[in-house]
Amino acid sequence: MTIETPAVLSGWPPPVLDPAGPFAGPVATVAWVLFVMGAVVLTLVLIALGVALFGPPRWKRRVAGEKLVWIGGLAFPVVVLTGLLIYGLSVTARVADAPRPGEMRVRVTGEMWWWRVAYLDDQGREIVQDANEVHIPAGRPVVLELESADVIHSVWIPRLGGKTDMIPGRRNFMRLQADAAGVYAGQCAEYCGGPHALMGLVVVAHSPADFAAWRLKQAAPAAVSGVPGAAVFTASGCGACHTIRGTEANGLAGPDLTHVGSRQTLGAGILPNNQGTMAGWIADSQGIKPGNRMPSYSVLSGQELRDVAAYLESLK
Amino acid sequence: MTSETGFDVDKYDRFPTTEPRPAGELEQLEQAWCGPRTPWEWITATNNNIIGVYYVGAAMLFFVLAGVLALLMRTQLALPMTGFLAQDTYNQIFTMHGTVMMFLFAVPAVEALGVLLLPQMLGARDLPFPRLGAYAFWAYLIGGLAFFCSLFFGLAPDGGWFMYPPLTSMTYSPGINADFWLLGIGFIEISAIAGAIEIIVGVLKTRAPGMTLDKLPVFAWAMLIFACMIIIAFPSIILATLLLELERALGWPFFDPLKGGDPMLWQHLFWFFGHPEVYIIFLPAAGAMSTIIPAMARTPLVGHPLVVMAMLATGFISFGVWAHHMFTTGMPQISINYFSAASMAVSVPAGVQVFAWIATMAAGRMRFSTPGLFAVGGMVIFVMGGLTGVMVAMVPFDWQAHDSYFIVAHLHYVLIGGMVFPLFAAIYYWLPMSSARPLSESWGKWIFWLMFAGHNLAFMPMHLTGLMGMPRRVYTYLPGRGWDLPNFISTIGAFMFGLAVLLWVIDMIRNFRPFGPREAGNIHDGPGLEWLPSGFYSVRSIPVVKSLYPLWDQKGLAEDVAAGRYFLPGAARGERQTLVTSPLNAEPQYVLRIPRPSGWHLFGAVFTAGFFLILTIQAYAAAVVSGVLAIYCIMRWCWFLDAPHTRKTTEIGAGIRVPNYVSGPSSHGWWAMVIVLIVGGMVCLLAGFSYVFLWSRRPDLWQAPPPISSLLVSVGLLAVAGLCALAAPRAVRVARDGAVSAATGLLVLASAGVIAASIVEGRAWWTTGLQPDFSSQGASVYALLSWAGTFAAIGGLMGLYVVLRRLFGRLAAERPSTVDLIGLFLAFTAAQSIGVILLVRLFPGSGL
Repeated sequence: MTIETPAVLSGWPPPVLDPAGPFAGPVATVAWVLFVMGAVVLTLVLIALGVALFGPPRWKRRVAGEKLVWIGGLAFPVVVLTGLLIYGLSVTARVADAPRPGEMRVRVTGEMWWWRVAYLDDQGREIVQDANEVHIPAGRPVVLELESADVIHSVWIPRLGGKTDMIPGRRNFMRLQADAAGVYAGQCAEYCGGPHALMGLVVVAHSPADFAAWRLKQAAPAAVSGVPGAAVFTASGCGACHTIRGTEANGLAGPDLTHVGSRQTLGAGILPNNQGTMAGWIADSQGIKPGNRMPSYSVLSGQELRDVAAYLESLK
Repeated sequence: MTSETGFDVDKYDRFPTTEPRPAGELEQLEQAWCGPRTPWEWITATNNNIIGVYYVGAAMLFFVLAGVLALLMRTQLALPMTGFLAQDTYNQIFTMHGTVMMFLFAVPAVEALGVLLLPQMLGARDLPFPRLGAYAFWAYLIGGLAFFCSLFFGLAPDGGWFMYPPLTSMTYSPGINADFWLLGIGFIEISAIAGAIEIIVGVLKTRAPGMTLDKLPVFAWAMLIFACMIIIAFPSIILATLLLELERALGWPFFDPLKGGDPMLWQHLFWFFGHPEVYIIFLPAAGAMSTIIPAMARTPLVGHPLVVMAMLATGFISFGVWAHHMFTTGMPQISINYFSAASMAVSVPAGVQVFAWIATMAAGRMRFSTPGLFAVGGMVIFVMGGLTGVMVAMVPFDWQAHDSYFIVAHLHYVLIGGMVFPLFAAIYYWLPMSSARPLSESWGKWIFWLMFAGHNLAFMPMHLTGLMGMPRRVYTYLPGRGWDLPNFISTIGAFMFGLAVLLWVIDMIRNFRPFGPREAGNIHDGPGLEWLPSGFYSVRSIPVVKSLYPLWDQKGLAEDVAAGRYFLPGAARGERQTLVTSPLNAEPQYVLRIPRPSGWHLFGAVFTAGFFLILTIQAYAAAVVSGVLAIYCIMRWCWFLDAPHTRKTTEIGAGIRVPNYVSGPSSHGWWAMVIVLIVGGMVCLLAGFSYVFLWSRRPDLWQAPPPISSLLVSVGLLAVAGLCALAAPRAVRVARDGAVSAATGLLVLASAGVIAASIVEGRAWWTTGLQPDFSSQGASVYALLSWAGTFAAIGGLMGLYVVLRRLFGRLAAERPSTVDLIGLFLAFTAAQSIGVILLVRLFPGSGL
């Protein structure tokens, strides 16, 4: 089986070193500082080792005493590490300050093996639900409230910052900011069993105007239509697990599909989203992502698959 | 020099003795220590020369097996979205790879090295508790193999070697796979702690006379610190596994947030063990490096005291860094900063050791035979792992690197450079001590270079794959993310590494000839006592040690030792004996009679393993039978302890006589009991921490404790029991006829008291209506009471045992050790129960 990867997920340049926001930028700098430190120290150690092993006797005598242990093993590391520690603590404080009142909030709940996303109003009430994508306005910080519905998961969007775990019974916070509009790949980083490898996430940053428009559109119910796919959807019982607002489908176990056609990916960040992949996913979700909670609907005929896929793709 | 024990150290000048040795002395020694002849004797053997080789062999078997799992994983990950391994198979394999490498290879391997080498290095004839060592080995081998075989039935654990709940709770792991993990770990807990007792008592009490602590070989220091760390760290994993099994089997909610539990409790307990574990593995290997490098450079270790201090510092600091595995869990920033600082600090002692090694190489002339190559190569790899370790101690960087392939690279650099390469150096260096032939030098060079190149090819690219966003513990990855090429290179490197190990296995088959009458001997010109001429009895006579490098500095030592001109040159009365010395200055104290092999420890191990295994497959009746048989075998084994002596003293050479029996704090048994009690106390302390931790999460779930009247009853009973237990050792020493009976009576009272108090306290809680599966309070209260109650039950068995010994005339006033040790155990049990009861009654409020 071949899977065509969504284009937004490319790993080059290494996203950790290619930051796209203020919570990732300083960390990339830290990384470069650390790489240089590592290279310098390794070189020094290798030079000392080279002298000790192969150097002329006069040089060897210089590194042969306890003095080397005091200087190289104790004094030098203490100085370097103290410097690094102070630097590290200052960056930690900068990158990880607590959420502030008035910041936009999104609740992301890790579920085996997808993400439930809810946009909250100022009082913390849920405005609208979505899945596997977090939409944010570019240029300002957004607070993610991280929760888990089952086991421990961890959100990692390397170009926007480090990870934060989702722990059952707790609520963690993560601040996120993208400087420019764009799509940023993320992934579950804490082993959560089964197809943990295939639990991706995308963050879509919009310009402020686009974001307002997106939010309005997202809050609207699905454009109900009498296309044949809608009937297949209902007849196959899809509504038991999925909600399509504006229709009788109101299941809560799986992702909300009200605007599924507008998403970047399918299957939690693993497939590009088009009619073909949608049909493939419905027919063989267990083959594509073994162990996930959606059964393969291989009983559907080719025509039914095409119809239901077309219907879902029309839900923009 | 002032004497520690009153022994006149000037008597050391009487050695080497000059008078001829009596005829037949050597033959009697050889007779007493003769090796196994029948297959039965080979399996019941207890001599460290035999068990040590078995032990190293078993550890290397698990290394190869877990390595094969690694190759399977690398094959799966060579290309994106391959179907070589199914998802659930892969998840089992990566869990088993980590678990087997950490628990069934790394810890046992270094422990095995200690069992094999320490007696020889210290000039002892054997470890002080050889049957315990053999028991630990067999329980480990049987349990480990059964655990590994769970893979073939698809029953292997698949929750990761760290087993985080709730993924591993009954809800999300309903099969018995997770129970197999808890079982496999159970064995390693038993064998690690048994080994730690052996090693601590062995290093502190069975050194050659004159081997004061400043002349203690650096490897023995490392093993001593290693063993002490096991005593402190393993209780945490013992408790964690018990709690998880209680939650899985009985629904006690320690980790289930719906009933007040918290998954974070597991992470704290696991890493409080798990991070020291890394140094537990590293320190003995570093000690081996600090031994091998001076030997290969033919010069003393530069900065020996600094290196010892560095190892001690590593031991201490390693207990303060556990939460650096949890930087992403949303901990308060103040804790994060503290753990970041501690994690950086722990790299300083490692730096001290590395530079001491470099300075030593410069001071001498390094020989590049295979042990030298592995030592230098391991050091380079370890330095690189240390540097990435500093990187991930920087919190902001760790938030990115955590749980990515960067960590996979880091930890393999540290563990392979810090443990595997030193272990291979140690095998190549010390193998001539146990084998008639050394391993091939030319093969050794090939093996080293293949392994070194393979390691770097496999793990260097993983740093990049991690920064490119690839998370750990993934059974596959999507194409088009740029991860394909580095993964493919890693796979090639892994197979090179595998080829190196395969060549090594072949060379072992070609050349390893253990247990023969001759050994290849000191081909590396090593300076330690382990290179003295030896047989199954270890050295012919136990030398007076005057230097850190006795074979380099004490001329003619080997000849004098082999001619029997030092301590204990024979086997008086045909007994197996070794010399017990004082802990600081190693002054002779008494002669320890070493038990001969018997079947009971072996049966005990088989039934212990059987108990856990059968329990895991849920055949409860059979498990109980096996458990009862295990207890019976262990009690039979104990039955012959503390047996009468025909003579009060033994002449240990040059007219010096020492007693054959001592009791109290000078005796090896007392030390072992104290160590066991420290382990028990640590588990209890951590359970107390868990109780407070869970309370702090959900104080609203806490209900009032039972009324104060029952508290007075149970604490009163315990106080009386404790006093009886303390009085028994004094009573047995009263010079009157009824002393033994009085002591027996006191011990019976004490054991009855602790059991009665457990019942009273348990009933008091039960009548409040609180049940263990109700809430985190119920779970943690009953867990604490069960722990204390288990000690009380063991105390009850001991009471029974002491009565039986009295009835069969195996207690005597002149041999008070049995009474001493049982008294000590019961006094501890009473004190522990009082502590537990006061905690659960009075914290957070007495309900008055």
